[in-house]
Amino acid sequence: MSDVVEKTLIALPSLLSLDSQLGAGKLSSTSKLGNLIRSITELTSKHEEEKLIKKELTALKEQVSSPNTTSRQMKEIMVRAIYCEMLGYEASFSYIHAIKLAQQGNGLEKRVGYLAVCLFLNESHDLLLLLVNTVLKDLQSTNLIDVCMALTVVSQIFPKDMIPAVLPLVEDKLTHSKEIIRRKAVLALYKFYLIAPNQVQHIHDKFRKALCDKDPGVMTASLHIYFQMIKENPDGFRELTASLVAILKQVVGGKLPVEFNYHSVPAPWLQIKLLRMLALLGKEDQSTSEMMFEVLDESLRRAELNHNITYAILFECVKTIYTIHPKSELLEKAAKCIGRFVLSPKINLKYLGLKALTYVVQQDPNLALQHQMTIIECLDHPDPIIKRETLELLYRITNGQNVSVIVQKMLDFLQQSKHGHTTIVLVGKVAELAEKYPFTHIAVVSVPIRLCTYAPDNGWFIQTMNTVFSLGGDDMQPEVPNNFLRLLAEGFDSAEEDRQLRLYAVDSYLSLLQTDTCHLPQRFLQVMSWVLGEFSFLKADLEPGLVLSRLASLLDQDLVTTETKSWVLAAMCKLCGGVVGEGVAGQVAAQFGGSLNTTLRQQAQELHVLSLDQALRSRVLPPHTSWDGLEVDSSLSFLDGFVSDALAQGAAPYKPPHQRQEELSQEKVLNLEPYGLALPVSLSTCSLMDRQSPTGFSLSSGLSGNSAELPHKGGSLKMDGVKRVWGKEGYLPQKEAAEEAPAMPSPPVPLTYRVAAARTRRWTPWPAPRPLGPDQEKQQLASSLFVGLGPQNQLCLLGKPDVAPQRFRRKTRPQDPEGGSDWLSVSSHSSHSTMDSLLDSSPTPLGEELNTTALLGEELNTAGFLREEPNAISPLGEGLNTADPMGEDPNTTRSLRETANGTTHLGEGLNAAGPLGEEPNPVSPQGKEPNTASPMGEEPNTASSQGPEDTLAFWSRAEGETEAPEASTMATDQPPTQADRLTPPPCATAELLEPHGSELLSLASDGSVDLSARKLYKGAALELQLYIRNTSSDQLQHVSLQLRSAELQVLDSPNQSFPLLGDHGAVTSRHSVVMETPLVQAIVGGAVTYHTQSGSANELGFSLRLTLADFLRPLPLSTEDYGKLWLSFNHDVKQNLQLLLDKEDPLSATLNILKEKLQFHLVEIIGTEGILACQLLPGHPCLLHCHAHSGTLTVWLRSPVPDLPDCLLYHCQRVLQER
Amino acid sequence: MMRFLLLFSRQGKLRLQKWFTPLAERDKKKIIRDMTMMVLPRAPRSCNFLHWRDLKIVYKRYASLYFCCGLDDKDNELLALEVLHRYVELLDKYFGNVCELDIIFNFEKAYFILDEFLMGGEVQETSKLLVAKSMEESDMLQETMEEYMNKPAF
Repeated sequence: MSDVVEKTLIALPSLLSLDSQLGAGKLSSTSKLGNLIRSITELTSKHEEEKLIKKELTALKEQVSSPNTTSRQMKEIMVRAIYCEMLGYEASFSYIHAIKLAQQGNGLEKRVGYLAVCLFLNESHDLLLLLVNTVLKDLQSTNLIDVCMALTVVSQIFPKDMIPAVLPLVEDKLTHSKEIIRRKAVLALYKFYLIAPNQVQHIHDKFRKALCDKDPGVMTASLHIYFQMIKENPDGFRELTASLVAILKQVVGGKLPVEFNYHSVPAPWLQIKLLRMLALLGKEDQSTSEMMFEVLDESLRRAELNHNITYAILFECVKTIYTIHPKSELLEKAAKCIGRFVLSPKINLKYLGLKALTYVVQQDPNLALQHQMTIIECLDHPDPIIKRETLELLYRITNGQNVSVIVQKMLDFLQQSKHGHTTIVLVGKVAELAEKYPFTHIAVVSVPIRLCTYAPDNGWFIQTMNTVFSLGGDDMQPEVPNNFLRLLAEGFDSAEEDRQLRLYAVDSYLSLLQTDTCHLPQRFLQVMSWVLGEFSFLKADLEPGLVLSRLASLLDQDLVTTETKSWVLAAMCKLCGGVVGEGVAGQVAAQFGGSLNTTLRQQAQELHVLSLDQALRSRVLPPHTSWDGLEVDSSLSFLDGFVSDALAQGAAPYKPPHQRQEELSQEKVLNLEPYGLALPVSLSTCSLMDRQSPTGFSLSSGLSGNSAELPHKGGSLKMDGVKRVWGKEGYLPQKEAAEEAPAMPSPPVPLTYRVAAARTRRWTPWPAPRPLGPDQEKQQLASSLFVGLGPQNQLCLLGKPDVAPQRFRRKTRPQDPEGGSDWLSVSSHSSHSTMDSLLDSSPTPLGEELNTTALLGEELNTAGFLREEPNAISPLGEGLNTADPMGEDPNTTRSLRETANGTTHLGEGLNAAGPLGEEPNPVSPQGKEPNTASPMGEEPNTASSQGPEDTLAFWSRAEGETEAPEASTMATDQPPTQADRLTPPPCATAELLEPHGSELLSLASDGSVDLSARKLYKGAALELQLYIRNTSSDQLQHVSLQLRSAELQVLDSPNQSFPLLGDHGAVTSRHSVVMETPLVQAIVGGAVTYHTQSGSANELGFSLRLTLADFLRPLPLSTEDYGKLWLSFNHDVKQNLQLLLDKEDPLSATLNILKEKLQFHLVEIIGTEGILACQLLPGHPCLLHCHAHSGTLTVWLRSPVPDLPDCLLYHCQRVLQER
Repeated sequence: MMRFLLLFSRQGKLRLQKWFTPLAERDKKKIIRDMTMMVLPRAPRSCNFLHWRDLKIVYKRYASLYFCCGLDDKDNELLALEVLHRYVELLDKYFGNVCELDIIFNFEKAYFILDEFLMGGEVQETSKLLVAKSMEESDMLQETMEEYMNKPAF
């Protein structure tokens, strides 16, 4: 600190001589800023304020441009300018002076200069470039405070393309002796990582050093980076778990210095970060999760203090416990914790309690039952935020029985709230629920409770959707009306019900159109006109002209948009038969015949013609056609002739939108699309993904500035090539087998009646309706809300097999391979939930049967079942575990599967479950082992064909297979020596002698097939040779190989098949691969499928990591050509690299390494400069110009392709560092 | 990660703004307007957490000043509330019984304290002492002795 003292001494004399300054405390009120602020507060009108500020700004402008202004005065001016900007007035004249002040000032002046720069300029401002030099100078300063300021400003506003300039200096600071500098440097690098991950990739080992730093602050800072990296790739960091657990243990145990305590809680920020990281690491990974059980338990135990910060830790703990592989003890404790939140009188804690409930309710629906009264209270809470969160929770527990009540609550809320975004989201949810349960069930009707008597009929769906359309307005997601219309058009299983539904819609729309329509949203009018056009023929007694005249009256309204008018006209075309039709059509044609809008004019004309020619109309628009028969030529093949003619005449070929977009972005146009949609965890259902708000602005967009790295815009997940191990149904050990398994049988009707009967009987002890107190009303509301949550209905709660006595099932649609009932499944992200997998794997009717029987047996309990004694049901809940013991007995499983539709064998299953069903322990330890239960349930075929002993063998194989891809990636990372040891397949030996090829890489193998690969660096593409070797002594049939990659292009046929592969035989398959968009590395994945002689089908997945270097080839150029090309390329990066330590000629030694490893063509070396060129397949050139001076090599890379220089630079760094 | 931090008065006057992710000027204005409109009418003792688009909003009122920050969706709201509280504690320590006027007249100091406390949207220094120390160090360099003596003791 002597440095600081010294500076102080130097600074003091000059400071003392100057005029009075801003400082801390009340002194400042005499300053100029103080005067300005005071005079502003004295003003009464906005107009006066404007005048005053204008005057002030003019004065400031004069002062800044005067040469006599000292930097001390400048600082004061800047502060005033900042103040004016904060009030919303522009002071752009001062921007350049802010930069100057940062450059020339000392200490506080500099600091104010930097602050002004940060506040005035945004990342894309041109003036920012002028700051680079100042920052560089300050980073190298011996004054700690200057360095701190520079690091702060770097992390605040440096954009992606300016990072390389400061990166080496910031990197150096990681080894600084002062921990505050190290900490700031780590955080600055964290910011860089967020903006441009590629550029900091090479310093990962330094991050690790920061993680092990002796100062806890630096370590904490490094966790931010690791958190990001783990979020992106949890598999890559599982080995960190032990260290993180150890750190957390120490923190929780109070081993950190006291100064890290916050209100006597040790380092809460650190604790929470660690908990979140553990959640990411332990998700869907049992062994990793097991490592953290102890410390989680400890954290829960330690967090006793009644303070917000303790609750923050508890909340994070609970979330982690429910995210990782479940452990019953911890879940129990976490559930208790949630109870503490929910029951807390503090509103913030209650809110978080609801959030936590929402998070866990799919895994543990009983928890919602336990707190039902609190939830009911929250539903009437005066704070709309709490209400909204409660609705979110209810949305998660919606089933066929409570849907009407919940939807009603949501609509009530919508009617009161006027928040745009909230409304859009909520409207989408209501529509989703209504579409999911269009015909809500009948059982509720028998319940003699007043609140439940509005049990819905067919009209409920239409009415609900009407409300949705009128409340949702025109901002709602376009999917809502689209889905509704499709649902209506496609219909359900029963034609009669379809007819009634449509008729109801027609009726309700006709009466709506009769009233004043100007307040109705356009979307709603469009829906109405379509439905009327399509289905009004169903209404037999309809006066012919009525619909037409109603529709025509819409055309006259000014508020109706052109788009809607177009819908109306289309509907009229379908209806315009008869004399009345002719008349109306004639009028409309006259009205729009002169319209400036050509679409409307054309449609009116069509209407006119169609109304006159009955025969033509029935040919063009055949009446009463079924929607199913409609065929759409989506390839637009009928236009082929037109297109080829146009092309022949010199028209430009069609480019799909994404290609156009890419070209646009290459022209350096700003890309304003969001790269990913930040979505609440809870909403990650696929169907919801699509319903994301249409507004383009998202805060997340700015962070990921790299468009080419994320070719899939709009937040869609890249799922190809990824083996699905976890799904909605839980663990999917073998996707194929799961698909082969028969679809869930629909619940047999008699059973449904028995459930209903049981329920009716349950309610009979209740007296007839009588006057109710407020408490009773609440209880009744509770029972209607939580009606589906009892054990007999947990199955449908979890989304999958909808057992609710829903009278109609949707027809299975082709795009919906999973079957109709779960097309809008509520359950989503908690895919690893034990309950989920258990429940889904257990045959539905059985569970239903069991519970029914159990209910009948315990009739005495049943009256209080939903209200006073939520616990009474937990033993019944254990009926759920039936799948578990039965999974161990393959015969039973098989018989259950096969006879799912009948009831004869169910008794047997019941016996098997009997002992467990009565087990008092609410959470059976077996129940927490989805891995043992689900594969059995998912694969009845395999399981039943084998004896119990074989089951074990099968299980271990399934395990081996899921691990295979991981094993293969590890194999590719192995050093070549290890790869050498692998015996090459016999037929491949000859080819191995060919030059320019990689070592043989072992990709994957199982009991019978061994797969290895070799890279051949060919001129036009990278050729992958894949060797499939049969290691078993059986013949393999139908061997086929699929290759796929989301990031790379496989040129020739990615699929190959071989009918037969003899014992110990081998085949080779060759594929050419190129990299269209530059990436540092990319993965080619795929699978080999084959049938063994015994007939079982097997699949062996593999993945192979390819780097950019695999696709690089030399680009032979002359120096002149190089010069021309250099000027024409517009994407470049520049960075300093380490020069190799070679006594003779370090430059050429370094360049030779680059030439050798990265296939550069060495164009020329001129003195201390060198130029090289290479190309990325297929044909993207990249030029390198370097200059050696004092141990470093300054490298410029230029290319016409964005990101290629970045990625290539990364490889250059790696190649040189490896040396 | 915190996306932004705003301080505004009961009348909706902005006192401090910090943006941790780059945004267009127009969007910033919109956020400021929306925040004041959402937060100011809320009754005392209601929930401190709100939603705005895909962000979580956490706010707290201290005397006449509202502290309001926007968080990523997965962030912990309670923790953010404590971040605000710690910031207030830091201001209090620096100014000594801080009031809105201190922040109005010395807003640049409030920014500097914030820069020592948060960086890149994450908490940088949780120790009150250390933040105060680094503030003191930088102050020492520039302020007159007189001002230095007038400053409340640490």
